[in-house]
Amino acid sequence: MRPLLQIISVIALSLTVFPSLMFFAGMMELDRMKWLMMAATVAWFIATPLWMGREKENPPATD
Amino acid sequence: MSEEQSQAGGEFERQPVPKESLLGFKSFIGMYAGEHCAGTELMIGPLFVAAGVSAFDLIFGLIFGNLLAVLSWMFICAPIATRARLTLYYQLEKICGRNLVTLYNLANGVMFCFLAGSMITVSATAVGVCVNFPMPGLNDIMPNSIGWILAVLAVGGLIAIVAAFGYNSVAKFANIASPWMVLVFLVFGIVGLRQFIVASDTSIGSLSDLWQLATTEIWKGGDPIKDQTKFTFWHVTFFAWFCNMAMHIGMSDLTIFRFARKSWYGVATASGMYVGHFMAWISASLLYAYQLRLDPTDDSVLPGPMAFRAAGYAGLLCVVIAGWTTANPTIYRAGLAFQAIVPRMPRFSVTLATGMLATVAGMFPAIAMKLLGFVAIYGMILMPMGAVIFVDYYLLKKFGMQSNYAELSRKTFNWAAGLTWFITLGTCVALVKFAGVQIYFVSLPGWFVAAVLYIVLSKIYQKKVHQ
Repeated sequence: MRPLLQIISVIALSLTVFPSLMFFAGMMELDRMKWLMMAATVAWFIATPLWMGREKENPPATD
Repeated sequence: MSEEQSQAGGEFERQPVPKESLLGFKSFIGMYAGEHCAGTELMIGPLFVAAGVSAFDLIFGLIFGNLLAVLSWMFICAPIATRARLTLYYQLEKICGRNLVTLYNLANGVMFCFLAGSMITVSATAVGVCVNFPMPGLNDIMPNSIGWILAVLAVGGLIAIVAAFGYNSVAKFANIASPWMVLVFLVFGIVGLRQFIVASDTSIGSLSDLWQLATTEIWKGGDPIKDQTKFTFWHVTFFAWFCNMAMHIGMSDLTIFRFARKSWYGVATASGMYVGHFMAWISASLLYAYQLRLDPTDDSVLPGPMAFRAAGYAGLLCVVIAGWTTANPTIYRAGLAFQAIVPRMPRFSVTLATGMLATVAGMFPAIAMKLLGFVAIYGMILMPMGAVIFVDYYLLKKFGMQSNYAELSRKTFNWAAGLTWFITLGTCVALVKFAGVQIYFVSLPGWFVAAVLYIVLSKIYQKKVHQ
């Protein structure tokens, strides 16, 4: 399950930035880019909390 | 700007970090990359544009200034941290005594409150996109509408309550949001650049075309917007170097690098500097420059509307999360600092009260709109204690004096350190008020003043105490 969720997160993260590159290249409208980004954002925040930080804790640090 | 240092308080607070608890290099890269992509980056980039910065001054000033910041972490903070392996507060307590550390905590807590206030201001600008009310302008000092006050109250109140209930859940959320947030900042830059290319009807076929666009359309230099200080190469350099002065030269990050295996791990801060204080600042500045191009009279720096224009609701969410996840630990840390002064009060009440204080501060747009100056003052106020630690660690014994003097003499207030702090601040204020030195530069001579003062005053003080 964990590897699958990680793959979804990577795809979501790629989709966060990839539409803007399409927009930069003149291959996508700004509005479509914004909605794709939002969809990628939703996917990231659903998939990532299910695996990130679940197995090993973050580094201890400070006061 | 970093305000999200982890808060695993209670770990090795009064003892050196043992070998088995040391961390690898990668831990520090991730920590710094995430922490320096904060809500305030969305203010700083635009404020550079408002200050009339030119493309050369911005790009090369940031490269050079951030390099100096990384070197400060590497060669000033991290070497002491990896040898002493103590928290800043314990190190200071050994040198200065408990009462002087309490005073330092108070100053630190107040500065954290204002900083958190500016982060709440950033998040509240996102509310203005969804609800129609007058938002503050670039030169506004006081809150300018009931709608704005209510928006800040709602956002700040929520942040304060969450911070009071506990730091950890938001810290975990911040870790999850961090990679996404960095990419949204990058998207701001990509979209902003594309919008400039279209608006100026330019085609970019080479780096020189891009540079031409940057110098003639985006960061044109010239006069700053009314009531703003003109920023040159040196302003950008010193700002990038000193905006985290409290952390490197001021030694706050002793607490972080005490976990590092080697002092060269200080180079990991480059991830934060060149992601947050280079890419993110440039991206945010592009959004504002484009806004000015669309309407030169619209000079208000409002991250919410700017982000929404570039990246829609994802951009808006980024503004809210960037402000929230950085205001939360800042309020928590301010609460800890205040709690050290009134230890009998429950942490919940202190943190809630601190959050509400930050919320009230956030209602006044002056703090966020004058963030460049505020950050410089913040560094200046805490810098002398960094000089005290540096001199105490490396030089006092060479001059025949005792280091960690408060601990040895069981003093609760080391007057040599206290007077060094107060006189240095007085000198810095005098340099700014009467000698025409701008606030962005004054901490450099200030550090040397503090170092010399601490040696001289320690000589007098330690001799007097021994008599």
